[in-house]
Amino acid sequence: MSEMQPLVRSGVAGQPGTPAEATGPVAGRPRHRDAGGKPRSLAGDAWLDLRRSKVFWTAAGLVAVILLMAAWPALFTSADPRECLLARKHAGPSGGAFFGYDFQGCDVFAKTVYGARASIVVGVCGTLIAGGIGLVIGLAAGFHGGWLDAVLSRFIDIVLGIPFLLAAIVLAKRLTADPASDGVLAVTCTLGLLGWTTAARVMRSAVISAKNQDYVAAARMLGAGPMRLMTRHVLPNSIGPFVVVLTLLLGVNIAGEATLSYLGIGLKNDAISWGIAIAEAGPYARAAAAPLVWPSVFLAATVLAFIMLGDAIRDAFDPKLR
Amino acid sequence: MFRYVVRRLLQMVLTFFGATFVVYALMFANQDDPLQALAGERPLTDSQRTALTERYHLDDSFLQQYWYYVKGLLTGDFGTSLTGRPIGSMLADAWPVTIRLTLLAIVIAAAVAISAGVLSAIRRGGVFDNATTLLTLIVLALPIVVLAPLAQLIFGIQLGWFPATATKDATLWQLLLPALVLGTLVVATELRVTRSSVADNLRADYVRTARAKGLSAKRVIGVHVLRNSLIPVITLIGVDIGVLMSGAIVTEGVFNIPGVGFNLFRGIRTEDGPLVVGFVSILVIVFLVVNLIVDLLYAVLDPRIRYE
Repeated sequence: MSEMQPLVRSGVAGQPGTPAEATGPVAGRPRHRDAGGKPRSLAGDAWLDLRRSKVFWTAAGLVAVILLMAAWPALFTSADPRECLLARKHAGPSGGAFFGYDFQGCDVFAKTVYGARASIVVGVCGTLIAGGIGLVIGLAAGFHGGWLDAVLSRFIDIVLGIPFLLAAIVLAKRLTADPASDGVLAVTCTLGLLGWTTAARVMRSAVISAKNQDYVAAARMLGAGPMRLMTRHVLPNSIGPFVVVLTLLLGVNIAGEATLSYLGIGLKNDAISWGIAIAEAGPYARAAAAPLVWPSVFLAATVLAFIMLGDAIRDAFDPKLR
Repeated sequence: MFRYVVRRLLQMVLTFFGATFVVYALMFANQDDPLQALAGERPLTDSQRTALTERYHLDDSFLQQYWYYVKGLLTGDFGTSLTGRPIGSMLADAWPVTIRLTLLAIVIAAAVAISAGVLSAIRRGGVFDNATTLLTLIVLALPIVVLAPLAQLIFGIQLGWFPATATKDATLWQLLLPALVLGTLVVATELRVTRSSVADNLRADYVRTARAKGLSAKRVIGVHVLRNSLIPVITLIGVDIGVLMSGAIVTEGVFNIPGVGFNLFRGIRTEDGPLVVGFVSILVIVFLVVNLIVDLLYAVLDPRIRYE
C-alpha cells in the first residue's frame, strides 16, 4: 500500500506526521487523494471504506437510536417508569405499554426505555476512564521502554491475571458499601479501573512499532525533543488500534454494568437498569415472560451494536485486510 | 525448557502475590469498625473487643495481616463464612458440580468450535463461512445475564426440552442446558481462532507437499493440518477458564446449581464478605494454576515458544 510508506518530509514540515499523507503514484487519481488532489489521511481512507459497509450503517443506526433513548427517553414513551400500580401486576399490553406490566405493576416498555441511560452513561464513562489509564500506561511503557516498560508490563500481567468478574465483584462490593449511593459512580470506577489492560497492551505495541519507524528517527535527527516526537509523530500513528479497542470495550462495559447490577453489586436504590430488571423478572418468568425478555433484547442489541461498530471500524482501519 | 519453566513460575508467583494483595487490600483496608460489623447491632464490651482484636490480629500492621491471610490460603485455611460454616468445607461440597459443569461446557464448545472452524476455513467466503462469522459476532455480543435467563425461559420453561433448574446432586441431564449456555461464552473465540489457524496452515508448504504426495484431502486436513492448527486453540483454554468461572457465577445462580458460582452468587446477595473473599481468592488461584499448566503444555507442544 503506497499510502502506508512514510515520508520524512511530511513528518518535519510541521504538519502532523501521519504516514498516510505521503505522496503516492501520480498517474490517474490515486486512491488516497480526493477530488481536489488533497492527500487523504488514513482516517479519511477508512471513512471511505466504512461508507460502503452495511454492517457499519446498521450498527451506527442502532447506536443512534440508543443514544437518543438515553438522552431523551420521553421521546419514546409518555409513561413514567416509576409509576407502578400493584393492581396492574403482570397485566398484558395496553395503550402505550406495549410490553405489558411487571410484577410490581410498572410499565415494562417505559422502564426498558429509561434503562438505556444508565447503560450508556456507565458504559461511556467507564470506557473513558479505562481509555485514559490505558493511554497513559501504554504510551509510557512503549515510548520510554527499558525498566519502566518492564515494571508496567508486569503490572498489566498482574491485573490481567485476575478474571474480570472476580475482580469486579470485590471492587464493586467495596465501592458500593455506602448504602445511600445509587452505585453509578462505583460501577463506572470498577469498569474503568479493571478494563484498561487490553487497551494499554495494544497502545504499547503500537507505540513500539511506530517508534522504530524511519520518520521518527529522521525527526529525532532533525532535533525534535521527546515530547514533540511523542505527540506529533508517535501518537497520531499509533492511536488507531487503541480507538478500535475502546469501541469494543464500550460494548463489553455495557454488558459488565448489567452483570454487576444483576448480581446486586451494581446500580441499586431505585436506579433503572436493564441488569436489575432482568434479575427482578427472573423468578417470575413462568408468570410473565415479557418483563424478562424485553430488557434482555435491548441489552443484547446495544452490546451487539457497539461490538459491530468496533468490528467495522477495525476492518476499515486495518490495511492488511484490504 | 528449564529456563522457560523457571521464568514462568517466577511470573506466576509475582501474579499470585499481586492479585491476592489487591483482593485483600480492597476488601479489608480502612474498614470503619470490623468488630462492630461482626457483632451487628449488639454492643461490644471492652473485654470482648480486646479478645477479638487479639484473635483477628487487628493490632498488627496491614502487611502482617496480609501475611496471615496468604498463610491461611496456602495452608488450606480459607476462613469462615458469616453463617458459621468453614469455607473450605463449602468449597469441597461445591467443586465437583462446578467441575462437571465446566468440563461439559468445554467439551461441547470445543466440539462445535473445531468442527465448524475447520469447515468454514476450508470453504472460506462460502455461505457456511459467512453464516458462522455473523453468528459468532452475535454470540460474542450476548452477555451471560441475557443468555442464561432467556435460555432457561425458552428451552426450560416454555418448550420444556430441558429441566429448568437443577436439584441438589445435579445430574448430567440437568447440567446440559447450563453447560450449553456456558459453552456459548467461549465457542465464538475458539471458532475464530480455529478458522484462522486452519486457513493459515492450509497455505503452508507442508500441506502442498502432502497433497503432492497424493494423500487424500481427508488425511491432509484431518492429520496434517488439524494437528498443527489446534496448538493455538489450546492456549485459549487457559483464558477460557477465567471466562467460564465468571459465567458460572451467573449461570449457576440462574439454574440453581449448587456449585462454586452459586455459593458466590448467594454470598454476594447476602453480603457475606468473608465468603466472597474466600471464594474469589481460591478462584483466582485456580485460574493462575490452570494458566500455568496450559502455558507449560503449550511450550511442550510448540518448541518455538520456549525460545522467545
